[in-house]
Amino acid sequence: MPHSVTPEPAAPQEDVVLPDAPASTDTDSSSASDETPGSVKANGPTESDKENVKLDDMFDDEEDDEFSSSMPTSTEEPSQGAMPRAISAKFSDPEIMRAFYQRLFPFRYLFQWLNHSPSPTTDFAHREFAFTLPNDAYLRYQSFPTADLLRKQCMQLLPSRFEIGPVYSTNPRDRKTLRKASAFRPLAKELVFDIDMTDYDDIRTCCTGASICNKCWSFITMAIKVVDAALREDFGFKHILWVYSGRRGAHAWVCDRRARELDDSKRRAIAGYLELLKGGDKGGKKVNVKRPLHPHLERSLRILREHFQSDVLTLQDPFLAPEKSSHLLSLLPDAGLSSALSRKWDAAPNRSSASKWSDIDTVAESGASNTLDTKALKEAKQDIVLEYTYPRLDAEVSKKLNHLLKSPFCVHPGTGRVCVPIDVERVEEFDPLSVPTVTELLGEIDSWDTNNGKAEDGKKLDDWEKTSMKGYVDHFRVFVATLLKDEKSGKREREGGDSMEF
Amino acid sequence: MLRQEFNRVDPKRRNNIDYKKRQFAQANFELQEYKHRLNFYAIPPTAEITLEEFEEWAINRLKVLGELEACTFRNRTPEETASYMASILDKYMPLRSNSSRSSTLDDERKRDHYSHFILRLAFSSTEDLRRRFSRLETMLFRLRFKDDDSRERAAFIDSLNFDWEKVSDAERKELGSELTAASGLGKWGEEEGWFKVEWEKVPELVEQRRVLLKRGMAYVPQREQMTLVVAEFTRRLDQNLEWTARALPRLDEDDRLSPILHHLSKSFTAPDISYSTSDALPGNLHPNASNIDALSQHFPLCMSHLHSTLRANAHLKHFGRLQYGLFLKGLGLSLEDALLFWRRSFRNMTDEKFDKEYRYNVRHSYGDVGGDANRRGRGYTPYSCQKLLTEALPGTGQNHGCPYRTFSPDNLVALLQNTGISDREVLKGVREDVGKQRYHIACNRVFDFTHKKEIKKVKDEGLWSASELDTILHPNTYFKRSFMLKHLGEERQKETNSQDAA
Repeated sequence: MPHSVTPEPAAPQEDVVLPDAPASTDTDSSSASDETPGSVKANGPTESDKENVKLDDMFDDEEDDEFSSSMPTSTEEPSQGAMPRAISAKFSDPEIMRAFYQRLFPFRYLFQWLNHSPSPTTDFAHREFAFTLPNDAYLRYQSFPTADLLRKQCMQLLPSRFEIGPVYSTNPRDRKTLRKASAFRPLAKELVFDIDMTDYDDIRTCCTGASICNKCWSFITMAIKVVDAALREDFGFKHILWVYSGRRGAHAWVCDRRARELDDSKRRAIAGYLELLKGGDKGGKKVNVKRPLHPHLERSLRILREHFQSDVLTLQDPFLAPEKSSHLLSLLPDAGLSSALSRKWDAAPNRSSASKWSDIDTVAESGASNTLDTKALKEAKQDIVLEYTYPRLDAEVSKKLNHLLKSPFCVHPGTGRVCVPIDVERVEEFDPLSVPTVTELLGEIDSWDTNNGKAEDGKKLDDWEKTSMKGYVDHFRVFVATLLKDEKSGKREREGGDSMEF
Repeated sequence: MLRQEFNRVDPKRRNNIDYKKRQFAQANFELQEYKHRLNFYAIPPTAEITLEEFEEWAINRLKVLGELEACTFRNRTPEETASYMASILDKYMPLRSNSSRSSTLDDERKRDHYSHFILRLAFSSTEDLRRRFSRLETMLFRLRFKDDDSRERAAFIDSLNFDWEKVSDAERKELGSELTAASGLGKWGEEEGWFKVEWEKVPELVEQRRVLLKRGMAYVPQREQMTLVVAEFTRRLDQNLEWTARALPRLDEDDRLSPILHHLSKSFTAPDISYSTSDALPGNLHPNASNIDALSQHFPLCMSHLHSTLRANAHLKHFGRLQYGLFLKGLGLSLEDALLFWRRSFRNMTDEKFDKEYRYNVRHSYGDVGGDANRRGRGYTPYSCQKLLTEALPGTGQNHGCPYRTFSPDNLVALLQNTGISDREVLKGVREDVGKQRYHIACNRVFDFTHKKEIKKVKDEGLWSASELDTILHPNTYFKRSFMLKHLGEERQKETNSQDAA
């Protein structure tokens, strides 16, 4: 395997061979080349299964260009000496994907997470998985009794990613053998949210489209804070897993039983509760809320206000360009004020957004307009803060019980980054650009083995523990453990309750 | 009728009765008492009625429901609906309050009760029918609930025994302004009584952010009680419909009822304003991939906006594609031409990307691929105005929906001016209509203006019947009428030709 080649010429040859490497990857000579065409297998069921893909489930717009580039723009990738060749490899290269599923993907915890119990239940066995195969075919309605069988299938098909759907009333694989179609219906799925940077394109100035930097990531950070606070404080959910989507967004999985069993109308209600910005590109003012502000919005505004000052005004400088600042003026309630500001800003073309923002108050106080309603101005300013900071959810994802969403810990085929969980307690520290890529991780295993390989005589470590994935997997493990604990006590309560009745 | 275990046999007596006679053990045929005007329809009727009554009562209720549905199609406000429905209800299904002391009180309530259950039987067979029936019954219930005498309404609610927790004074003080801010009641809120319920019981209020949420509990003001009661009504009705559907195959029936029931459900399936492609398109219309631009002069604003957006950006987002693509399908554009049209329209895209991400969706919407139901149904039907006006507003970057609704008035007027409508009167009228949320009226106003000459002609010469100039409620009707009006001469020419031939 390419990533198992160590650069140090002094290193003894044996170290290259991994202790638990399977037979297939041991044949160094054949797999050494990165360009080995993918051993694409099992296209058989693809065609027939593809027919069943529902249009709406299949492509939302978020995916329109998400995977358009197969090659990463990875020039800024930190080139650790350990893997000079691997960097140029396509991230969904079959060998890399095989090694990833074999050695790094935490199937065990994924199983526990979806199963809600240590021993296999229908929560896992009737859960739909959907694979995107290396040839871009999309394979729906897969299901697995155990984590091992899921792992095996992943290693066989080498999907570039897979998605998680709902738990069905019967095994998804048996859906065609049922006498009545209505016997096959979705029962439960985590309540999910998707925040994607594309929805911010009209207010971010640093990047567009698929690219992302730390400046615009702060939009996602504030979105996470606001949505997380609402879900916990207002709806009382406890088990919320935030996951980096691999390129420029974040997903949330709300795993409480109460959330999993919501039907479509209640999911729509939550999405509506959280959605604020309305109207397409031509809709004019996007925020129209009544006063007094709903406590949820009041709290969101408290969270967002400081971000607006630091992350938006300073870093994004959103009102710098004349057409952007005229949009700002159009949001103000008073024509006299707007024209006074417009004159002032035309005279100083390069005035920064922060100055322009404070100009609104100074000009207002200077009495440039005699019709000015200060209350309306204050409210308009609040609306503007919300328009430029409030989370922009891809609400369609949340509204449907049977919407599929990419599993945590998958590899994003465009960037190679692993979709790692985000610790919401320390969401400010999360840096999407430092999330490890699959090739880096495989390199880390090798260098760890080189350094500690033979000397280790304690208990054998899992491969992910040797890499920078450890922190993320540990976070996930703790999350799953808390969830399981709650499920268990909840179950006992329920069973206890039942026994009282009989 | 069905599922009437409760209220039947006294459990203590159960063993003494021959099971065959069990259902006659108690005098179930005695008339039920109707203490309240409103009814949750929990107990099915058991008395005998004649077949004629069976049919007549059901048809009368059906008429009422049909009119109610028509009100939603016409986008009437609740007040308009109420005043419009008053006479209809009075004619077909009068239902007076206790205070009226009418002698026919019991008879009215009996009719209401029986007809509801008859329609339940008729409309439980398919998911579609169930959903529509439940929606309309809910509307009817809400309508009656609103105009009910307040004292009788309170008595009715008491009789239902909801266990809603009252918010204590101490808790109310503690929450203070948050309560009033959330409900938007202002000062009045302080005197209001409040309930505390699980938020799942009031999804509508949650969706519109009209209640305070704390840890999963919703604080509902007294005056929103209606939402609670109505939600409960819907919930029970949905559940009962499901049960009815399951029991239906075992209906103990000689063949007197099922033809009636079948007939009833048939007559209920039509009113949705659908547009079938075979619905006599003008003979001289031959849409293909290359003449859409020319035809676009006949498009309603929603579609011409999508068309010009598509031409400008060489792309449309998912819902835009769906809305526009189905409209073109309704024009009679063949699948081959549709594929060609979309391929050419996305001119900046590689063939590979198009094939991978878009081709399938177009084929799916034509029913060329997909599940059995989709293929048999030939894909999707074009969207009606009703659909466009009720779906969620577009987000940033999206352009679907009805522009009269999604555009801010200023942008709308600008768009109309771009399409060549500069008549002051018309634009003013459009502004007024849009202000009153009568979007389809605005659209029809524009149609009437742009086709003034032709409409006058067909009216004067009596070429078209009045029904052919009825209000437009479907984008495809708009197109068809526009096309035919502009090609008046040709059509007639053809007709005379064919007559000559005959």
